[in-house]
Amino acid sequence: MGMTITEKILAAHAGKESVQPGDNIWVNADVLMTHDVCGPGTFAIFKKQFGENAKVWDRDKVVIIPDHFIFTKDTHANRNIDILRQFVKEQSLPHYFDVGTDNYKGVCHLALAQEGFNRPGDVLFGTDSHTSTSGAFGMFSTGIGNTDAAFILGTGQLWVKVPESMCFEFTGTLPEHVMAKDVILSVIGDIGVDGATYRAMEWRGDAIMKLSMEERMTLCNMAIEAGGKNGIIEADDVTLDYVRQRTDAPYKVYHSDDDAQYFFKKTYNASEMEPVVAKPHSPDNKAKVSECLDVKLDRAYIGSCTGGKTTDFMAAARLLKGRKVKIDTFIVPATREVEQDLHKKKLGGETLVDIFKNAGAYLGEPSCAACLGGPKDTFGRATDNQVVISTTNRNFPGRMGSKQSQVYLASPYTAAASALTGHITNPAEFINN
Amino acid sequence: MKKVIEGIAYVLGNDVDTDQIIPAEHLVYSLSDPEERKNYGKFAMSGVPPKQAGLPNGNIPFTENGQSESKYSIIIGGKNFGCGSSREHAPACMEIAGIRAVIAESYARIFYRNSVDGGFFIPFECATRLVEEVKTGDDLIIDLNADTITNRSSNKTYDLKSLGEVIEIIEAGNIFEYARKTGMIPR
Repeated sequence: MGMTITEKILAAHAGKESVQPGDNIWVNADVLMTHDVCGPGTFAIFKKQFGENAKVWDRDKVVIIPDHFIFTKDTHANRNIDILRQFVKEQSLPHYFDVGTDNYKGVCHLALAQEGFNRPGDVLFGTDSHTSTSGAFGMFSTGIGNTDAAFILGTGQLWVKVPESMCFEFTGTLPEHVMAKDVILSVIGDIGVDGATYRAMEWRGDAIMKLSMEERMTLCNMAIEAGGKNGIIEADDVTLDYVRQRTDAPYKVYHSDDDAQYFFKKTYNASEMEPVVAKPHSPDNKAKVSECLDVKLDRAYIGSCTGGKTTDFMAAARLLKGRKVKIDTFIVPATREVEQDLHKKKLGGETLVDIFKNAGAYLGEPSCAACLGGPKDTFGRATDNQVVISTTNRNFPGRMGSKQSQVYLASPYTAAASALTGHITNPAEFINN
Repeated sequence: MKKVIEGIAYVLGNDVDTDQIIPAEHLVYSLSDPEERKNYGKFAMSGVPPKQAGLPNGNIPFTENGQSESKYSIIIGGKNFGCGSSREHAPACMEIAGIRAVIAESYARIFYRNSVDGGFFIPFECATRLVEEVKTGDDLIIDLNADTITNRSSNKTYDLKSLGEVIEIIEAGNIFEYARKTGMIPR
């Protein structure tokens, strides 16, 4: 019987010829990533279980990327960065991207890609649910807790239950004003916030393979919002071009077999997709943008691992160029590299930074920032009963900092169009004019 | 492993996410420092919207103001309990507050794994929607041999789903003890 790409990668990392959904197997990790929120707890468990002087299983495979609570005066949050530094020093870890240095990166999921840690065929575990993002590179990647991360630090392995796979195929081409964010919000709306629990979400079809790596990352990023164990897209030339620019490390391209078994298969006609939002307070509370035009907004937020990549800001800039925002608009690049792109990349002779400033938007430093609320002094943190349109990934009650606020999740196009009008707006209005 | 778990119920609804269980602004405290970790008990469930906190009536705080321990030790939840982020602070804050078991219709995957592998409490599943059957404050007893839960306040007993393949990790205490038992890591 054939295997899916997820099954093949897991089998290879368990030293097995084949695996089936439901098998419990011990899998070898190629990369373990952690950050400032979960690193300190992980290291404490590692020392308790393996000894104060224990060494990690493989220094080269541990990647530590502080990104969550960075630009804050919160003393506990800053203390956690010191704990990361101390552990890195004790263990002589080479892959640490320290706050306040030229080596600081920002949001871990994009930094992993940009620094060459995402490689087709690999297995990557991370102490963050959006670790599913890396699946865009044709690898198995999933989020874990501190205990599992500490176990990997000591052994290099973790038990994994092989997931069933779900196949989402998109044929044709997406309309110009529709982005990957609209695709993933549409799918989550279709299957629900637990529609892919324990399962792999595999993306296929012409419309998917026409997407850039950053757009593919958006799709895999939000697999967790449907409960998915991982999101995955087979590697192709687009993937390999990106990877070869970032690393010389070996990789292996896997393909799903024609006779692989899927728990669920659905084919969508990409050309019929429309801009959508997820209404408060759940990522599966889908509505077409055209159904929400009367929703008045207090602010727009463009940032995070989901919606703070260079392509996301290129999209926003296309609409904001030469116009003024009507509501407070926050621009938060995911990483330093994205931030540099904002200064380098131009539309019609104007840099993205200038486009945003001239439109009246506020620019923040690269980090997770207000996507998850964070300490009280976090840039862009929602207050009171604000209504926010955001390119982030979750709109649970209180997620962006205030329990009374209401968050609408949307694409960068839709967020930018809405920032210009002050109410939820179809980006087609601006793109087609 | 104790063969019964007794306690007072705290009832929540569907899709209780980890931002409700422990809002992100509190994720700065040490989980290993004995005093500092008490903050997690203090803020456990502090993100649950008041109307949903302690069903069926709501507006029941999980912990009294400023206390790190709750009088409730068994949580009853609906579907997709623990969805959202991978933060292990979520099951940890519940254990710190005194939770010994959760009974939900279903769990989000990472939360379930964290609960089992970290040995924080036992995550049971029940095919009956106990959210409609149990009230916050009811007196419950879980029989681990019979895989049942009895609501002593209403005198009704319900079957729990078997813990299945994770029972060995739960019985060992956590993933490290399980791995030591099976010889994967040295004792």
